[in-house]
Order: sequence, then C-alpha cells, then structure tokens
Amino acid sequence: MRTTASILHLDLDAFFAAVEQRDKPSLQGKPVCVGGTGHRGVVSTASYEARVYGARSAMPTAQARRLCPAGTAFLSPRFGAYSRSSQAVMGLLHELSPVVQQVSVDEAYVDLAAAGIELTLEDVTARVRRLLDDIPGATGGLTASAGVASSKMLAKIASDLEKPAGLVVVPPGHELDVLGPLPVRAIGGIGPATATRLRTFGVESVADLQRMGEADLVSIFGDSHGRGIYRLARAQDDRAVETEREAKSVSAEETFEVDVTDPRVLAAELATMSTRVTSRLAEGSAFARTVTIKVRQHDFTTSTRSATLPHPTGEPEVIRATAQRLLDAVDVSDGLRLLGVGVSGFTTHAQEQFLFDDEPDGGPVEADVAPVTPAPLLRSSQGWAPGADVRHDELGAGWVWGRGLGRVTVRFEGPGTPPGPVRTFAADDPALHPADPPDWT
Amino acid sequence: MKLQVERDVLAEAVTWAVRGLSTRPPVPVLAGVLLEASEDSLTLSAFDYEVSAKVTVPAQVDEPGETLVMGRLLSEISRSLPAKPVSLAVDGAKLTVSCGSSRFALQQMPTADYPTLPISPEPSGSVQGDVFTQAVAQVAIAADRGDTLPILTGVRMEIEGDKLSLLATDRYRLALRELTWNPSTADASHVALIPARTLSDTARALGASGTVGIALGHAAGGEGLVGFEAGRRRSTSRLLDGEYPKVTAIFPTSVDTVAVLNTATLTEAVKRVALVAERNAAVRLRFSEGQVGIEAGQGDDAQASEAVECNLQGPELEIAFNPQFLLDGLGAIGTAYARMSFTQPSRPAVLSGQAEADGDADESYRYVLMPVRFAS
Repeated sequence: MRTTASILHLDLDAFFAAVEQRDKPSLQGKPVCVGGTGHRGVVSTASYEARVYGARSAMPTAQARRLCPAGTAFLSPRFGAYSRSSQAVMGLLHELSPVVQQVSVDEAYVDLAAAGIELTLEDVTARVRRLLDDIPGATGGLTASAGVASSKMLAKIASDLEKPAGLVVVPPGHELDVLGPLPVRAIGGIGPATATRLRTFGVESVADLQRMGEADLVSIFGDSHGRGIYRLARAQDDRAVETEREAKSVSAEETFEVDVTDPRVLAAELATMSTRVTSRLAEGSAFARTVTIKVRQHDFTTSTRSATLPHPTGEPEVIRATAQRLLDAVDVSDGLRLLGVGVSGFTTHAQEQFLFDDEPDGGPVEADVAPVTPAPLLRSSQGWAPGADVRHDELGAGWVWGRGLGRVTVRFEGPGTPPGPVRTFAADDPALHPADPPDWT
Repeated sequence: MKLQVERDVLAEAVTWAVRGLSTRPPVPVLAGVLLEASEDSLTLSAFDYEVSAKVTVPAQVDEPGETLVMGRLLSEISRSLPAKPVSLAVDGAKLTVSCGSSRFALQQMPTADYPTLPISPEPSGSVQGDVFTQAVAQVAIAADRGDTLPILTGVRMEIEGDKLSLLATDRYRLALRELTWNPSTADASHVALIPARTLSDTARALGASGTVGIALGHAAGGEGLVGFEAGRRRSTSRLLDGEYPKVTAIFPTSVDTVAVLNTATLTEAVKRVALVAERNAAVRLRFSEGQVGIEAGQGDDAQASEAVECNLQGPELEIAFNPQFLLDGLGAIGTAYARMSFTQPSRPAVLSGQAEADGDADESYRYVLMPVRFAS
C-alpha cells in the first residue's frame, strides 16, 4: 500500500446513455437504454432516469422494456461517437499526468505521483475537482466520477461511491474504514460464486471478511484465490498504473453494415483479416501460437473462441484455416454483426506447416463458386438502426427515431439545438444518408 | 467348457488378444475376452468395434464350450501364474482358473450381449514380418496426435500391384516408406487410411512372425476394414473415413545442397545441443565444407554448440529444426549414414538413409521436415 493517496480512478457516468442524451436533446432528462434493440438484445448502459425504473446494464432489453415507461428510448450503440468523446476525456487525463492507463472506453487510472503536484489531500482534491469540472466543457456536457486512494483497487471502489459527478478521496490510513462496511462483492476478484460461498460462512461485508484467517480462506478457496482475497480485504494492492503495455495480441475486426449469414462472405472476411493480422505480426518480428475469433451475433451477444496450435506460426494461411475451423463451430444462421481474428502467444520462432494443395476441411473459398461480394461495413441503409446518425439533403442532420413497414422516422436535432421536429420517410428515400456522429463543440 | 493349456501359451495369447481393449469401454461386455474351446484348440477373441483380435492356440479340450470374462484381469492372472499347465473350467456362473495350487474364480459376462466379430478376412497379399514392422514404425512417428484433422491421425496405405507404400504427416513432417510385397493378384489396387496407433500396435505384435497377411477392400469383408494375419493370429481395424490431402507437392522437385553424415554421431550431437533449446524450440545447423555446426540457445539463455563431420555437396546453408522432429527422423532411417537434401532454409528438407558414406542413397524411406523460422 502506498503512503499517499496518489492513484486516481476516473469513470464516466452512464457514458453511452449520456452521449446519446447530449447528441439527442429531445432525450435529455428522459430514460434511455443503449444496447441491443432486437428481441434478444442486452442493455449496455441505462441512463440514470432509466435506472430509476430498474433498468441496468447487462439486463435483457426485453426486460428493460417491461420495466421502463412508454417514451423510453431504446437505441443501438454508436461506437464512433463514444470513441470521440472518450478521446476528449483521455486527453484531459494526459494533461494531468503522463502515467495514464485506459482500461476501457469510459474508465482509466492515473498515477498522480507523476503529475508534478503536491500529494497533500488538499492539493490532490483540488486538482481532481478541477478535472471533473473540466470534463463537461470538453465533452459537451458529460460528467465523470473519480476516486483517489493509495491503491488501484480502492480508487476504483471510491469512484463508485458517489456517482454521478462524485469525488471521493480516501485519506491514507483510512482505507479499511472505507472498505469495511461494503459488501464483499465490492472487492475485485469476488464474483457471485465466491460471494455465495462466503455467505454460507456468515460473511456479508468486507469487515466480516477481514475477520477470517488467511489459512481458512486458503482452505476454502485454494492457495492463490484464498491469499488474494485475504490481501484485497486488507486493501493490500500494489499494482502499478501501467501505461503502454507491450502488445500481447494483435487483432483485426470488422463490423458489417447488414448482418452476414453467408458462410462464404464470412470466410472471405476471415481470409482478409488473417492476412492483415499476419502482416502486423511480421512488423513486430513475431510469430504466434494462439488464434482467437470474436463473433458478435445480430443481437449483440459477443463471444470469443480460441485454439492453440502445437507450434507457433507466421503463416497467414495457417491462421486463416485455424480461424475458419473455429468459425465453423459457430451458428451464423441468424447473421453476424461483427467478426474478428486475433493472435497471441508470441514467440521469436515458428515451426511452419506444409500447405496441402486441397485442404479437405473447407479450405480457402473455392474459385468456382459465385464471386463473393465483400460484406458491407458499418451498418445503416436497409438497417437504419435506432439512434443512428443520418443526414437529409434538405432538412440536415438528425437521428433515426423509429422505423418499420418500409418507413423510417427521423428527428432533426443535434447537440446544442433545441429538441427538433420529427419527419417520416420511405426507408429507401434517396435524400436520406447515413452520417458521421455530430460534432458537439 | 473344460480344458488344459500351457501357461506360456495362454499368457501370450490373452495378452495379445486384449492389448487393444479400452480401459473404459462404451459397453461393459466389450471389456471381455471371449474364450471358445473346440476339439483341440482354444480361440480367444476381443473386439471394441474399432479393433478386433482373434488368436487360436492348441489346448487339451475335455468339454467344448464358450465363456466371456474380463480380458485385462485374465491377462494379468495368466501372466502371474507359475510355469505349470493351466486348467480352465466353467463352473456355474464362474470360470475357474487353476494352476498348481493357485485357484481363481472369474465372473462370467453375458455372451448374448457380445457383438459378432468382423469376419476374419482372406489376405490380399503378404509382406515379410520384420520389414512390415520397421516400415510401420518409420511412418507412424509422423502421424498427427492432435484432433484438428482426424484423417491425419492415420497412416495412408496404398497398394499398386507389388508396390506397397505407407505415408503419414502431421503437417510438420511427412514420412513415406515404399516396399515390395506379394499380392494375391498382380493387379491389386487399394488405398486405406489406418489409425496410426492401431497399426503400430498390430505391426509390433505380428512382426515377430515370418510373414504378415494383409486384407483390404472386399477381402476384408467390407470397405471400412483392414485385416492382418500372422500365424494363428488375426486382427481387424476400422479404417478412417475421408479424403487424405494431396501431399505430392510437398516433396521438393529440386535439390541444391546435399549433406551426408554419420547417423549416430549426428543424433548424439543434436541430443546434447538440444538440452539448451528452450521448450524444444529449435537447433540451428550451419552446413559448410567438411562440417556442420549445431547450435541452440540465444541471447540471455543458455547456449550450446558442437561440430560434426559432414560431406557437403552444393552451396553452404544455415537451417533450423525442431530437435525432436529431427531426432525422430534420424531414429527412423535405420542406416549408418543420413543423407539430408535442401533447397532453401525456409523450404522443407528431405532426410533419407544411406548404407555407406560414399554409397548410393536409399530412397525407399523419405522423411520430409519443415524447418523452423526465426524472427528477423
């Protein structure tokens, strides 16, 4: 444990939903759920208004629809828009300190010991407060919550205590006071299974857990997990804020404009991505042993599968064939939204394979089948995903408010405009085009 | 059923019959060995739907009959018996095994549930026992042990007239052995994909006999089977299904560099140097006039090097191999000298045997090996 509160954890508040409310003024103050909008979709983020009704991330969208009142917006994610807002926030963090570890699009750790400020509670609190105040301006109105503590674990817990727009600084020496009353699930590494197991021993809070001996925890959970829990319950976490980690994998992925069911199209995509991945491997003078594919179904269910080769390779055909074999085990009949190929397990040598002329297990797409049209990327046109950005030749920028029966309804508004009017068009109206995310600045 | 049989005869026969039995069979009766006594012989059979084995031995039969008992148990018992005549007798629900003053009573298993063995095939031809055993051992090392492409776990046996060839590859190396056999008909023509593990077991078990009969195609009582016969032992194996990849393009069509080395010397040197090859990654071979330098390890890791005399023709060359793959090949050629042919360091190398340092190459066995690449 460090002796000063020098680790900052920053978490953007209801990030996806907040970006939607910023870009769609008519949704401000209203419940919004972002995620899979199909009947098997899952909520990625619910706005605070939607959380009042019980909507939560990871909840099936169908359940969220039952819980939330009429007028709740259910939108497909616009990753492009989130990524731009995320970059603006990460830029502010890099101004604060050179040591920033971005863990996801809306979450990062910062090592304030490298920030060149006095690490007194007053100075740290003032500096982080100013950071939080700067974020709405830089992002067109988004907010973030921050936790500052002597370890990553506690900083993350602290950032969650007073969401949204909250700042909690844990003074050194008070870590256990903060941790004690929390439920054991607050500790990273304690999932539902461990929590259930602990409950059978009467352990509900971290304070209860602190009363258990290390030997007991080891006998229940095994050596490494038991010791880990024992240490974390005492806020013993020395992990450093890691800036650029050495690449441990290389991957490529494509999001399709329309869900793809044709195995030949998917096979052709795999081949292209395998080649891209291999050339990036070669740039790093490396070979790889493990091939992973990432598959996002039409309803946003995302899964990965991987296979480890007996020997490392740098051959695109071997990576492609392995990825294809993994994809063959996936049901693609409902259509894939996204497909990715990655390699990991890097080595400096490769034991290459013979390449047979006629791979019997569905080798490269055969030349005599009809030419395969590359899968269109970036969904839109026929799809008109709810929430997607569009532009009308005469009426300007807007977003897809509703669709169906060959029609699409667009609300014409954007960040900074008042709530705008709604117009309905034929889904194939030539004046209507997919558009880039609007600019909030 | 009641009979007497010599201890060694019984032990050898049971052990051979049950050698292929699974320890966890899909149905309990498949763990059994079927004993059938008739006139003056005892026939033992085992079958697990993949592999069948049948052996007949002389016995003094008092009462013909049949019984099914646990195969591995009977095998262990018969091997541990003293060297005296053994008597087997069915007594109620048990089979009694007596030898000297030892007595065992084994539970009989229901013969009604026991499957019918594949019909013992008539051979399509025969091959010398020791030649067959060596050929199978040379090729089976290259068969795939993984599960990504099941047909690669097989050895491809091809027969064309009096030519018999065995081939296997796990994608990293490929072994091909060609030999002459005695077909029953001059126009014999077959291709069969035999599970490598079963073929190795069978070849080892039958190879001690003078000749081994091989039955393929219709002779084996169906397209999906291969049969082997040596003396009074017969076995069948189910074939693998599927198209074997076309591998002819893997053999290099040209040769730039040829090195001839003493097999034993090279083997010992590679084994020593490979001790420092991290996770068996690679040994590097630098061929130059008169010698090959063998090296492993780099950077901060342990390093080793050794030089071995070699007769080189063609340009000098530096190439790297997985040491185990190289040693497998050197162990398989079975000749005093090894001949290695190369084109480029990134292309497959071919290893074959040679009886004399300056003699002719023996091309009846070829082991093609894919080299290891290093990051540049």
